[in-house]
Amino acid sequence: MKQLFVFIKKEFAHVLRDRKTLLILFGLPIVQILIFGFALTNEVKNSKIVIFDQAKDVSSLKLISKIETSRYFEIDKMLQHNQEVEEAFKTGKIKMAVIFPENFNHDLLHTNKATIQIISDATDPNTATMLNNYVTAIIGDYQAQLNKNFEVPYRIVPEVKMLYNPQLKGVHNFVPGVMAMVLMLVCVMMTAISIVREKETGTMEVLLVSPFKPLLVIVAKTIPYLILSLMNIVIILILSVFVLELPVNGNLFLLFAESTLFIITSLSLGMFISIQTETQQTAMLISLVGMFLPTLLLSGFMFPIENMPKPLQIVSNIVPAKWFYIIIKSIMIKGLGFAAIWKQTFILAGITTFFILISIKKFKIRLA
Amino acid sequence: MPMLDINDNIKWTSEKEMNPSLMVNAALSAEISIQVKNLVKVYGKDKTIAVDDVSFNVGKGELFGLIGPDGAGKTSIFRMLTTLLLPEGGSATVNGNDVVKDYKKIRKSVGYMPGKFSLYQDLSIEENLNFFATIFGTTLEENYDLIRDIYIQIEPFKKRRAGKLSGGMKQKLALCCALIHKPTVLFLDEPTTGVDPVSRREFWEMLKRLKAQNITILVSTPYMDEANMCDRIALIQKGKILSIDTPAEIINAYPDILYKIKADNIYHLYLHLNEFQYTKSCFAFGEMLHVSFTKNMEEVQSELLNYLNQRGHQNVSMDLVIPTIEDCFIKLLSN
Repeated sequence: MKQLFVFIKKEFAHVLRDRKTLLILFGLPIVQILIFGFALTNEVKNSKIVIFDQAKDVSSLKLISKIETSRYFEIDKMLQHNQEVEEAFKTGKIKMAVIFPENFNHDLLHTNKATIQIISDATDPNTATMLNNYVTAIIGDYQAQLNKNFEVPYRIVPEVKMLYNPQLKGVHNFVPGVMAMVLMLVCVMMTAISIVREKETGTMEVLLVSPFKPLLVIVAKTIPYLILSLMNIVIILILSVFVLELPVNGNLFLLFAESTLFIITSLSLGMFISIQTETQQTAMLISLVGMFLPTLLLSGFMFPIENMPKPLQIVSNIVPAKWFYIIIKSIMIKGLGFAAIWKQTFILAGITTFFILISIKKFKIRLA
Repeated sequence: MPMLDINDNIKWTSEKEMNPSLMVNAALSAEISIQVKNLVKVYGKDKTIAVDDVSFNVGKGELFGLIGPDGAGKTSIFRMLTTLLLPEGGSATVNGNDVVKDYKKIRKSVGYMPGKFSLYQDLSIEENLNFFATIFGTTLEENYDLIRDIYIQIEPFKKRRAGKLSGGMKQKLALCCALIHKPTVLFLDEPTTGVDPVSRREFWEMLKRLKAQNITILVSTPYMDEANMCDRIALIQKGKILSIDTPAEIINAYPDILYKIKADNIYHLYLHLNEFQYTKSCFAFGEMLHVSFTKNMEEVQSELLNYLNQRGHQNVSMDLVIPTIEDCFIKLLSN
């Protein structure tokens, strides 16, 4: 027991005395949360558009002012000539052009039918589709206003409610994602490096010629990172609640318990990597390529798993971050209890046990 | 050189070793600490033989040296004896425990200092010592007596991190860490490599004091001059042991009379002496040449001086010299 304690103390000293490690450990999560919170977002806001209004009548002006006041659009320029439309797109700043034909109001009132041409820059298909939907919605809205005075025979009005995230904020999606990513990165990489470093500097040689047990090393190596990672979670949560204004809807205790489980999963993965590799560089590379990328791509955080081809969907099942992402979203955003996530918890626990057992078994008691 | 000769040599030395009258500490050798029998270590796919059929015994309380150049297989032997590597052939015991089967027992009872400085650079002297003491289930205070002489020299810097110590201090710290649990056998792999001459001498003095406490010490070094500090040495080259004996006996066994010869142009002297018809061997040794002849000095002296005079050598001086371990090593290699 005393051996374990002194070993843990030593591990803490390694981490706390190395400024670079500390910076990665605590700088990384903060930077990631802030970058994802403020800089990187897939929400469409204030897209620049141009308008070519050939009608300049009541209806066209009303529609233009409706578009202008929406938070999705910002009118960059009112065009005077047809040729200007293409030029505007060529600058690359313009996402969409809205063109009203002559006699727009006249056609609308007298022939009951008018057209608006909408040209979108579809280099980014998602944004183009989204902007189209927004502008169509605005036009539909205006149309409904016009029809208010007439009785329309059949009418279906969808009552939409955005559950868990009524304002459709991107924060809800990425905070759990960043948590999974940061824990994965910090825990896997740090532990992977910490055992390999002992091999590389030769201290493992001295350690091996002593009565210590492999389990002791594994436990002693993981505990400091477990504690530091829990501190990381606290920092991430404080940042997301106070800076990004994302409330934690579920049970905080459950959130921490599940995070602890995921941290242990990551630590056991890191341990497994470090036992299989010989240099810090390989350990780092494997952690990055083998852990970080799958976490980013296959956890459902960046890209929905349901849209992936079947084989990738199957592969995604062995990515621990996928399960943790579901768990955290359920607790933080949906406010669900353990009953909703026991299955994911069970899978994570299984992966963890597997890697801990294999790490103990594969621990090299000799140099080669 | 014909390989057969070297093989003969090994037979010769092992016969000699079995003869107890030739051992210095005949009384001590009654109890064997380290026993190595036909040990073989092979590395990699290309089957590089690092240790080739090596056998030797180290008695309890003996200071035994493995002397040989880099790449002779010293570290491989150390790693097999400290249970870090598995031998491909032969067997070895430490304190009667087999290095393969009873590795756990060996790891508890020996102290090991690898060739490369292998302590935690970011921990202080004190922290390193306490860490290793605790790992071995003891404390710094408990075995302080054993390391006091050594520790006292680095104690003023005990708060300093190991990475910031000088080579000599690192060595002392590493020795302290290897001794902290009062091992019965101490393995020191090239402990004086990269250490200044004063610290090296101090280090060997420390080893002598440890030996007085009945600790068996197996030490390796590439420095031939350190061989004299050992009770017995094994000269080793390319994984094979050339000779095992006390340093004095190895020197005694040197078959030729050796002269040191010097002149103004040492390079030409070397070339000319090698061409001289009665030269048996001639090699550079510091700023001198160590030369032996096929005939007695009385017979060749005048001829030799003539020979050198004819070739214009100035200030030729010649003296008898007692062979060193290095001379013996070179001799064994050329056999």
